[in-house]
Amino acid sequence: MELTKLTIRQAHEGLKNKEFTSVDLTKAYLENIKKLNAELNVYLSVDEEGVSVQAEAADKTIATGKFGLLCGIPCAIKDAIMVEGQKCTSASKILENYVAPYDATVIKKLKEQGVVILGKANLDEFAMGGSGENSAYGVTKNPCDKTRVAGGSSSGSAASVAAEMACFSLGSDTGGSIRLPSSFCGVTGLKPTYGSVSRYGLIAFGSSLDQIGPIAKTVEDAKIVFEAICGKDKMDATSTDYEFENSVTNLKGLRIGVPKEYFVEGIDKDVEKIIRASIKKAEDAGAEIIEISLPSVEFALACYYIIAPCEASANLARFDGIKYGLSAEGKDLLDVYLKSKGHGFGAEVKRRIMIGTYALSSGYYDAYYKKAQEVRQFIKQDFAKAFEKVDLIFCPVSPVPAIKIGEKTDDPLSMYLMDIYTVSVNLAGLPGLSLPVGKVGNLPVGLQIIGNHFQENKILSVAAQLEEKF
Amino acid sequence: MISKEEVEKIASLTRLELSEKEIEKMQKDLTSILDYFNLLKKAPLPRQSFAAQSDGGKSLGLRSDELMQKDNSVAEKIISAAPDKKDDYIKVKTIL
Repeated sequence: MELTKLTIRQAHEGLKNKEFTSVDLTKAYLENIKKLNAELNVYLSVDEEGVSVQAEAADKTIATGKFGLLCGIPCAIKDAIMVEGQKCTSASKILENYVAPYDATVIKKLKEQGVVILGKANLDEFAMGGSGENSAYGVTKNPCDKTRVAGGSSSGSAASVAAEMACFSLGSDTGGSIRLPSSFCGVTGLKPTYGSVSRYGLIAFGSSLDQIGPIAKTVEDAKIVFEAICGKDKMDATSTDYEFENSVTNLKGLRIGVPKEYFVEGIDKDVEKIIRASIKKAEDAGAEIIEISLPSVEFALACYYIIAPCEASANLARFDGIKYGLSAEGKDLLDVYLKSKGHGFGAEVKRRIMIGTYALSSGYYDAYYKKAQEVRQFIKQDFAKAFEKVDLIFCPVSPVPAIKIGEKTDDPLSMYLMDIYTVSVNLAGLPGLSLPVGKVGNLPVGLQIIGNHFQENKILSVAAQLEEKF
Repeated sequence: MISKEEVEKIASLTRLELSEKEIEKMQKDLTSILDYFNLLKKAPLPRQSFAAQSDGGKSLGLRSDELMQKDNSVAEKIISAAPDKKDDYIKVKTIL
């Protein structure tokens, strides 16, 4: 039996039936990490000693016969999420030696379940990027084609699951950072509703957009992890009283909206063909396909690339060389600030801080930040109107499959355009899932399934029925 | 094209040191990105202004501002993360 091929459910059954132990399972993943990490650059750190302690503890719990689905299951955590005592770099030089002083709420919840945390996964620096190439510690290669990117920003999280270097992982999604790499690597990724999962302990990028979510081998696995991490947390005032409801939504009779604006110029022909074919499969299963219009999505990318950098410029002001991280020598306090940031941040992070500062500066605020906030309201309204007529929305995750390493690094705007189908979901605070539905050559393509607020149960139920057809 | 002086002004506002080469690249990148933002001029005007939509955070359900007890070890860990410290204090350069 190849242990690293098992889903969470299958591994749980194996642990229950004493076919293998969590130590065995963990060893199998560690072996894969040893074999593949040097080439793929999926993990930034692996705490081998700590990993075996966790696995042994899980085996003790398992021996009592009373244990949950995630007990003893090895996972990867995006290195922007804090695990107490472990380094948390956010793939930035400025946090190279930063050790997390406490557990993020999602980590606390996973630890209570007895998971085994294998290590911290690579990402675009401070989660800013769509390709994973902005990591200060090198790009994560796509396990399906090593000349291509894994997608970002949760590059290592998606690649770890695709390359069987973790059974599941956690990522975070501010403008597509769970869905895009999941699509590029051919795994299932869920960006939950804003407020359904606590952000406490996630290094902040865009606080009105950020959301932590699972990346997994199957829809069922994503559901198991989501159920374990969601819910109200007093440490995150934007988290809501939310309880996941396990329900079945039948594909038969389901009203699926397909936004016409998502199938215009710019989409790769092969990607379009695969997405259309997957929509046809839903139709064949009895769903009603309804063409809808989301007129404001035309403005979504511009809106996002103002709001997210504005929030980032405020959030990243804390990295000034005083409280933590890299501190450069300077002749006075101002000089320490200037040099610490100048040396510590990479090119894309600097660019976003500059855009955000510009858009918030006197004289430009009305034209950029205020305008973007107004447009954000239109985007919310468009989705609200659409969900009066349809149950779920189907569209592509990305207009293209995984790009070549280096293909877009010189042109930030063309890189941003990869996020064109994902950012609206964050602006509207909606849940969205990437489901692998086909391949262009050996490159996976993900279908994006968007639901109304707090309808993760509907998305997951429908995705699970569709998954069987691929 | 956004000017060199403008880039320098924004960088100083955000306390970011940029090299000459970075400033040049930033001029080019910011110009193309800001040009793209012009698209928003085509967006419809809202019936209500952004300020009027705001309710001072009420709809966000913000928590009340109260002290939460934390273990002393958390404070120790936070202080130990600072690059320059003395006893229980984080050291900074003189401000005046």
